[in-house]
Amino acid sequence: MTEPVSVRTAVRVASEPLVAVEELRVSFPSAGVEAVRGVSLSVAPGECVAVVGESGSGKSVTARSLLGLAGPGAAVRASRFTMAGRDARGFGPRDWRRIRGRFAGLVLQDALVSLDPLRTVGDEIAEVLAVHDVVPRPGRTARVVELLASVGIPDPEIRAGQYPHELSGGLRQRALIASAVAADPELIIADEPTTALDVTVQAQVLRLLADRRAAGTAVLLISHDLAVVASLADRVLVMKDGLVVEEGPTERVLSSPGHEYTRSLLAAVPSASSRGTRLSAPAVPLPERAAGHAPEVLAATDLSLSYGSRRAVDGVSFTLHRGETLGVVGESGSGKTTLARLALGLLDPGSGEVRLHGQLWSGVRERRRRPRRPAIQLISQNPLESFDPRHTVGRLVAEPLRGLPRRERRARALELLERVGLAPGLAARHPRELSGGQRQRVAIARALGPRPDVLVCDEPVSALDVSIQAQVLDLLAEIQAEDGTALLFVSHDLGVVHHISDRVLVMKDGRVVEEGDVDDVFFLPRHPYTRDLVAAVPHLPT
Amino acid sequence: MTTAAVAAAVTRRPYRPRPGAVLAGLFLTLLAVAVVAPGLVTGVDPLAADPLRALAPPGPEHWLGTDHLGRDVLARIVYGARHSLSIGVLATGLAVTAGVLLGLAAGLSHRWVDEALARSFDVLSTFPELLLALLVIAITGPGTGNVILAIGIAQIPNYARVIRAQTFVVRRAGYVEQAVTSGLPRAAITARHVLPNVLGPIPVLATIGLGQGVIAASGLSFLGMGPQPPAAEWGAMLSEARNYLRVAWWVALFPGMAITLTVVCLTVIGRRLQRRFEGRTP
Amino acid sequence: MTATRTPEAAAGPVVPPPPGPAARRFGPALRWLGPVARRAGSGLAVLWAAATAAYGALRLAPGDTVDILIGEGADTPGIRAQIIREWGLDRPEIVQYLGYLGRLLHGDLGRSYQLQRGVGDILATQVGPTVRLTLAAAATGVLLALAVALGTAGRARRLRRAASAAELVSVSVPPFVIGILLLTVFSFTLGWFPVSGAGDPTALVLPALALGLPIAGVLGQVLREGLERALEQPFALTARSRGLTERALVARHALRHALLPAVTLVGWFTGVLLGGAVIIEALFGRPGLGQVTMLAVTGKDMPVVMAVVILSAVVYVAVSTLLDLAYRLIDPRLRSVR
Repeated sequence: MTEPVSVRTAVRVASEPLVAVEELRVSFPSAGVEAVRGVSLSVAPGECVAVVGESGSGKSVTARSLLGLAGPGAAVRASRFTMAGRDARGFGPRDWRRIRGRFAGLVLQDALVSLDPLRTVGDEIAEVLAVHDVVPRPGRTARVVELLASVGIPDPEIRAGQYPHELSGGLRQRALIASAVAADPELIIADEPTTALDVTVQAQVLRLLADRRAAGTAVLLISHDLAVVASLADRVLVMKDGLVVEEGPTERVLSSPGHEYTRSLLAAVPSASSRGTRLSAPAVPLPERAAGHAPEVLAATDLSLSYGSRRAVDGVSFTLHRGETLGVVGESGSGKTTLARLALGLLDPGSGEVRLHGQLWSGVRERRRRPRRPAIQLISQNPLESFDPRHTVGRLVAEPLRGLPRRERRARALELLERVGLAPGLAARHPRELSGGQRQRVAIARALGPRPDVLVCDEPVSALDVSIQAQVLDLLAEIQAEDGTALLFVSHDLGVVHHISDRVLVMKDGRVVEEGDVDDVFFLPRHPYTRDLVAAVPHLPT
Repeated sequence: MTTAAVAAAVTRRPYRPRPGAVLAGLFLTLLAVAVVAPGLVTGVDPLAADPLRALAPPGPEHWLGTDHLGRDVLARIVYGARHSLSIGVLATGLAVTAGVLLGLAAGLSHRWVDEALARSFDVLSTFPELLLALLVIAITGPGTGNVILAIGIAQIPNYARVIRAQTFVVRRAGYVEQAVTSGLPRAAITARHVLPNVLGPIPVLATIGLGQGVIAASGLSFLGMGPQPPAAEWGAMLSEARNYLRVAWWVALFPGMAITLTVVCLTVIGRRLQRRFEGRTP
Repeated sequence: MTATRTPEAAAGPVVPPPPGPAARRFGPALRWLGPVARRAGSGLAVLWAAATAAYGALRLAPGDTVDILIGEGADTPGIRAQIIREWGLDRPEIVQYLGYLGRLLHGDLGRSYQLQRGVGDILATQVGPTVRLTLAAAATGVLLALAVALGTAGRARRLRRAASAAELVSVSVPPFVIGILLLTVFSFTLGWFPVSGAGDPTALVLPALALGLPIAGVLGQVLREGLERALEQPFALTARSRGLTERALVARHALRHALLPAVTLVGWFTGVLLGGAVIIEALFGRPGLGQVTMLAVTGKDMPVVMAVVILSAVVYVAVSTLLDLAYRLIDPRLRSVR
């Protein structure tokens, strides 16, 4: 059996790739799925290779197969599969365990569930040291503290004794990285390491990975986000339906993509430069919106709401005009969702007021609010949760259309489905049988039923793949141009907000720190927090 | 990956009957026939004693043998289904009805009413089911009606708590909030969205609960608290059989199997329903 | 999961409200005291309500209270007068009720008019065999469940199917049917174990098995499902990616996660054991609280029945309080202040 240390030297001397697979195929026979259909990739020492793709592209399965962790029931085949200079096709469980953690470490998304929630962060990191016996028992505690410090965690002695839920998202993710690099592996496999993190925290975690790389560790980065990849990777592989459709140096692939799919992916990314054009069909302008002075539909004055001693929303004012889109950006906990609920009249503010069409909307009795509710509708992040599980699509869309005879309701529901681009045949289906994009379209059709003047969109595209996100954003823009609907658009994604909004509010800790025309705010941020936010957004090369 | 879970299209799965569930359904159908018209299942009189053929082993004449009075064991099991199952069904019916009403009352009322009801469920469930049933019987005396009452009361908190918890979940569900934003009146929201989604799992709960009711009923009968002799009840048959275990295993084995099979079948069907039900909620 | 039998599990673990500023001000040592005190307080309140409910059942029962209390005991004018005096039945309702509570608090459980002895004495002499039986049954159930769950979780499909079928049958057989089968095979046919009594330790084997098997069924199922769920979590993937063996993964990570839902079931197990003991003691002719209870129920000896019911409520509350605290010990998310 080869000693781990001698493995490393052997690799260094030969300067072979750390890992190389050719014609990798992974299938799950019991589910009848072939997730990976012939992928070749290699990672050289010190290199950063990225695999990019949408959900279902097979990128995660590929990454996990490299550690022999494709899952129970997975059939993995390859014409070549070398790992640490050995043929991995003959690896038994013991060989794999030697590789895992010692030769290659794995970083997953969301450390809240990727670290054992019942064990302390320190125990999790010490486990790697113990399994591979890299540090003898007496020195482990000290080494754990060192590792935590090395990933930039303040007060590492205290943090080592804490549980994942006691740490903030950023610290947690750093701790997860610390556990992956504890045994000083040659390769880090990072599977969506920054997804679900706030943009400023994402920037810190990416910097940490970049530091590791600079120190000589190779990184295999798996991501759905092209911009995240752009800042880190030397080479990039674009995957679709289990195949690599394009591969090359990051700079080249992202600036002059060769494959149709890569081009459409890049075009679908919303940003400042995509304003006014369609995302789903590049270079096609969106319909013009009626310009000029429009009447005010929704106005909030000095809204505040506290939960206990915490001020969720603190002195927020805004106005929204007909046909206008007001973006609200902020990180998690900034109060933007609470603001959306206040606007919808689902919560009443502690102080301040909301007016809809100039009339008082907040703090009135629900009985008085009810007849006015059709004027303001909600599109939420998770449409499936907003659908009664027993109802069909047709019934869901027809529900808000009260006061119409049954026949007309049906006809109108079908009309609405058609308008959002759904076949009428879907009316008889249940939403759980639809794809994520179709579900969000159903939610939009339902919201349009009462012919609202305001649509409150709370993270409406955050759970969607970029190409689906593009279609939904285009749909919203079309509807707005046709109906003159005003959008209150809440999102954590600066690119999305920049693409769709006219004006923007930047929120932090319940307060609006900056507001104004979206170009002014994002191109010339005045408030330091906005500057941090804008600087933290990873960019595609232009 | 979160995106994968959301974006993956769920295809319609064709309904495929499971052999286990089919067998369970057939057995329960047979039982139902035995309850309604036991004469259709066996032509033998369950009370006809024949002391000359007492404790006869299973054979062509008496398929499952005879008991200490020479009565046919199979006939007694068939006729006993009526007693054993009706106690279970009625007790479960009582527990489900009362439990659902109390659970809904707690889940839908103001905070202090809910608090009071929830605490009373807690108190009721501190008494072990069987002991609570025995307390009821100690006051009311043995007999079929009292056993139904006893088991029914003892099982109320199970249902009440589940329904209360379910009501809380549904009231906070995204689709209820959505109904508010579309301007639906409170009463309509409760009728159209809250109640159907709270009451949905009840058939599942009741089916599995019925099995436990049958176990409890046979246990009380075994202790001599249920239908009085010479009525054939499975638990009571086992109780009588205790004295003849050394010489006649069949007197005990077959009624025991009848109870077990019934409960197994109910549980299998209940879990099948549960899986179907969970499959359609997100 | 059989949902009706396990309302706690269906409703999920009770998550306590976030601790107030007081808990934040005091150090981690005192942080513990709050929940313990709160839990003990609510346990006492539940016990008070349980005692009141038992009393209410007695008072609201149709018929003369004196008749009910005498039951099948000797009915002489002397005893009637004694009952009226002891229970203060000639006094106002509230005084009677408070007198009852007061006696309970002093450990005075009343008097059996059937046996002409204090209920406390009767229970004290009979509690030993029942404790032995229930503890043996609980140990049997837990050990069997652990063995089956650890032996089958994540293993071949066929093995898991077999375990699942065995669990289904064991939760569907009433304990007395198991007991009768065991007696037929091991006592009457093979003669390995005595038929009845509680004299030698071997007499405990069959009753403990009969009482413990249904528990093993439910617990085994919960543990196995918990283990399988834990092994599919992202943290399990992370642990595997560190080079952990499957066995170490189960021992260090998955088992604790699987124990959480099992702990919420312990209150229910207590009820099953106490109720089942009545039946099993009757079947095996063992002395114990079950025998006392049956005698009292058939003799309508209310003071004894009420004492047994209240005693079992005390046990239930004590056990579930302890386990609630154990739950906090296992799950740091419930005990730490953010």
